[in-house]
Amino acid sequence: MFDPSSIIVGLEIGTSKVCAAVGELNPDMSGLNVIGVGQARSRGVRKGEIVDAQLAEEDVRNAVVEAEQMADVEIRSVFLGVTGSHLRGFNNRGVHPVVSADREITEEDVQDAVKNAKVINLPAQNRILHAIRQHFYVDGQGGIANPAGMLGARLEVDVHVMHGNENRLKNSIRTVKGLQLEVDDVVFNGVASSLALLTNEAKEIGALVIDLGAGTTDYTVYTEGVIKHTGVLAVGGDHVTNDLAYGLKVPLSRAEQLKIEHGSALLDDDCKGRTITISNELGLPLKTVNLEHLRRIMSLRVEEIFQVVAEDVQQAGLSDYLRAGVFLSGGGARIPEVARLAEQVFQTPVSIGKTNSVSGLKCALDQPEFATAIGLVKFGSFKHKSRAAKVNFIKDTLGQLFRRG
Amino acid sequence: MTTQNQNEAVPHPIVGPANGSARTRIFAVGRAGAAVAGELMRGGFAPDSFVLLNRNAAALAQSAATEKISLPAARQRGAALGRGSTELPSRIKKLCAGADWVFVVAGLGGRTGTEFAPLVAKAAKEAGLVALGFVTLPFDCEGSLRREKARTGLEALKAVADGVVCLPNQKVCKLIEENTSLLDTFKVSNGLLADVLRGVSRMVMSGGLIDIHLTDLCMLIGGQQAESAFAAAEVSGPNRSCEVVEKLLAHPMLDGGQVLREAEAVLVSVVGGRDLAMAEVNRVMEQVNQHCENVPVVMGAAVDESFADRLAVTLLASRRRSPAGPALESAEVSSEGSDLPSRRCETDLESQLLSPTTTLRPHSRMVAPPPEMSQDGMQRLLAQQNGATGRRRKGSAKLRQAQLQLEIVSKGRFDKSEPTIHKGEDLDLPTYIRRGVVLN
Repeated sequence: MFDPSSIIVGLEIGTSKVCAAVGELNPDMSGLNVIGVGQARSRGVRKGEIVDAQLAEEDVRNAVVEAEQMADVEIRSVFLGVTGSHLRGFNNRGVHPVVSADREITEEDVQDAVKNAKVINLPAQNRILHAIRQHFYVDGQGGIANPAGMLGARLEVDVHVMHGNENRLKNSIRTVKGLQLEVDDVVFNGVASSLALLTNEAKEIGALVIDLGAGTTDYTVYTEGVIKHTGVLAVGGDHVTNDLAYGLKVPLSRAEQLKIEHGSALLDDDCKGRTITISNELGLPLKTVNLEHLRRIMSLRVEEIFQVVAEDVQQAGLSDYLRAGVFLSGGGARIPEVARLAEQVFQTPVSIGKTNSVSGLKCALDQPEFATAIGLVKFGSFKHKSRAAKVNFIKDTLGQLFRRG
Repeated sequence: MTTQNQNEAVPHPIVGPANGSARTRIFAVGRAGAAVAGELMRGGFAPDSFVLLNRNAAALAQSAATEKISLPAARQRGAALGRGSTELPSRIKKLCAGADWVFVVAGLGGRTGTEFAPLVAKAAKEAGLVALGFVTLPFDCEGSLRREKARTGLEALKAVADGVVCLPNQKVCKLIEENTSLLDTFKVSNGLLADVLRGVSRMVMSGGLIDIHLTDLCMLIGGQQAESAFAAAEVSGPNRSCEVVEKLLAHPMLDGGQVLREAEAVLVSVVGGRDLAMAEVNRVMEQVNQHCENVPVVMGAAVDESFADRLAVTLLASRRRSPAGPALESAEVSSEGSDLPSRRCETDLESQLLSPTTTLRPHSRMVAPPPEMSQDGMQRLLAQQNGATGRRRKGSAKLRQAQLQLEIVSKGRFDKSEPTIHKGEDLDLPTYIRRGVVLN
C-alpha cells in the first residue's frame, strides 16, 4: 500500500518514555506527513542513557509496535535519537587548497574541506556523531553557503562537530538492532527537536531550542541559519521529582504526581500558606504538603537549569543573537509558567515550541514531548531527499549517456 | 632563664600607624614561629612588636626581636617556666599590655609550638585581648605521631583562641618544584604563613577605607567547627587587578577555587597604594564573587602609603570542617576550657546546624524559678547536671555524624548514576539545599 522507501521513522529512547514517530514523504518529495506515533513508558534509562538494556529493549518494542499499528506500516529502520552527558559539541575550521588548474571549486573540494575540519584530537574512545557545516570561506571571503562552482584558491569551512563516547552511543544502537530494526542514522536529540520546532526564518535570525527532558536538558543554538552551539546538561524533570521527594518527604511516585498536578515554575502569591492533602485510594488523608514549598523547590531547580544553559550560551558569545527567542520542548515545557520563568532568565521572548514544518496528526504535532521524535523524522527526510537526488542524478546522467550512444 | 627586656614598662611597642587603630603583639613560639617572625621582620614589621618563645637560647639570641622568653629545655621539666607554672602566663599578660590584638604564630607537631601556643593564647585571652592563632600543620611524611600531636595542639588552640588560621604544610607541596630542597620548602611554608599574617594585620590595622570589623573576622575564623583556608597575592603593574585574582585563584590552598564554592563565608581584603582605583577594587571583587556566588563575602579595602603601584589581596575562606573523629575530641577540649566566651559553650550540634551568626542566641524569656533546697543538695544537683551535659555532648557529636549521612542519601534516585558536576557543584543534589534555601 505504501512505498516502503517513503516511510521514515524517528525513535527516541528517552528517560521517561520511548517515542516512535512514523512519517511519510509525499510522492513528489515536497512534504512530510506524520502518520503515526507510538510511545511507551521507559524504565531502563537514566539521564538519557540506557542502564538496563533488557527493559529498554522491551519498551522500545512496545513503542514501535504501537506506532506500527497506528500508521499501519511495517517499521524496518529508524533514525535514532541519542543524548547523554558524554556528548560534546564545538566548532572547528577545515582548510583545503583548491588545486585544479582553473581554480574552480568542485564538490570534491567541498567534501575534502569538511573532511579536514573533522580531523581533530578526540579522546581515543570518542567518535564523531555529527559534523554540521556552517559557512564556507573562499580565499578569506566569508558567508558563502555553497562554494561549489565558484572560483578560488583556498577553501575553508566551519563545522560544528559533535562527538561522544563510542561505547555509550553504541549501547542504544545495539538495543534497537536487537529488535531486528536497522538504524539509518544516529542524531543528537537537541538537533532533532530544533529541526522540528524552528522555521527557516527563526534559524536565520537566531534561536535557542531547549529540550527539557526527564533525564537531560539538550539545547541547540541557531544563528544565520546554521547550528552554532549545542549542549547537554544531564539534569531534567527527574531531578525536579527527586528534589520534591526529598524536600517534601514523599515517595518518588507521589512526588512525580504532585509535580504534574500542582507544579509550577513560578511562585505566585496565592500559593502562600496553602496546603495539599494527599489521600489514599479510600479518600483518607495521608499527609499534607505545603504548596509553597513544592513550588519553591521546583522553581529553584528549573531556574537553575535555565541559568546553566544561559551561562553556557553566554560563554559561547551567542546570547545576543537569539532574536527569534527561546523555544521550549520536551515534557518540561508543560510546566505551568515555565515560559515566564525562562523569559526572566534569558531576557528574550520565550515560547513553547510547536511543530510547524510537518503536517499530519494534529494531536502529535502539538505536543512538546513529541518534538524530538518528529524532528528525527524530519532529519530522516533530509537524508532521504539527498539520497533520492543522487539516485536521480545518476539515472539522468546514465540515461543521457545511453541516449547519446 | 634569660630575658632581654629593654622596656618592661607599660606603653608597649606597637605596629602600624598609631592613629588609634588596633595594635598588635605577635608571639612567635618555637622554631617555626621564629622563622616566620624573621620573615615578617625582613618584610618591614617592627622588631619590637615580636615576642619570641623558644627552648633554644642560642636561636633566641640570633633573632632581632626585642622581647625574648627562653623556655626551659625539656629535661628541666618543672622548672620556672614549665607548663604548669604561673610565671609564664603572668609575663605574657604583662607583655600584652597596651596591645589590642595578639597573634600567636607556631608550627604545630613539634614540642615547643604544640605545648606553648595554647598557653600563650589562653594567657592573652585572660588579659582581655583578642587572640588569633596562625599555625602550620606537619607534612604527611612526618608521621602519624606528629600529626596526632599537631591535631591535639590545634584543638587546644582552637578552644582558647578567638580564631585559628592553619596551613597544612602538605598543601605547600603543590607549590614547590620537584627538587626543591627541604630548607626551601620550609621557607615557602613560612613565607605563606607570613603572607597571611601580614594580610590579616593589614586588614585590622591599616585603618581601612572600608573596615573589616573584628566581629566579622572572628565570625569567619572563629568558631570551633570552622577551618580557614587562606590565600594572599601581591601584584604590580597596569593590569594588576586582573592578575592578582588569577594569582589568588591559582593558590594551592584554594584547590582551584573549590574551597571558595564550599566556603561558609569569605573575607577579602584589598590593599593598595594611593593610586588604588575604585574600578580595581570593583574588578577584584567581581571576580571573587563569581567564584563564590552563594557565599556571604566580607570585604575590606585599605590604602597603604608604601604600596605604590602594588596591589595586595588577602582572602580568607572558612569552611565546615570534615566530619568524624576530631569533632568528638573538640567537644571534650571545649568543655575543659571554663573561661570561653558563651558562644563557644554552645553544644557541637547547635553550632553545626546553625550558622555562626545565629549562634548568638538570646536567652529564653522563661526562666524557671530556682528550686528551694539546701546548699549541699544544690551542689550535688549541679554536679549531676554537669556530668549529664558532658555525656550529652559526646552523644551529640555522634548525632551529628548521623546528620551528615542523611546528606549523602539525598541524591535519591541518582545515587548510583554518574554525578552531574557543573563548576564543582553536584547538580544531583536538590538546588534548594545547595543554595541554602530554608523551608520553614
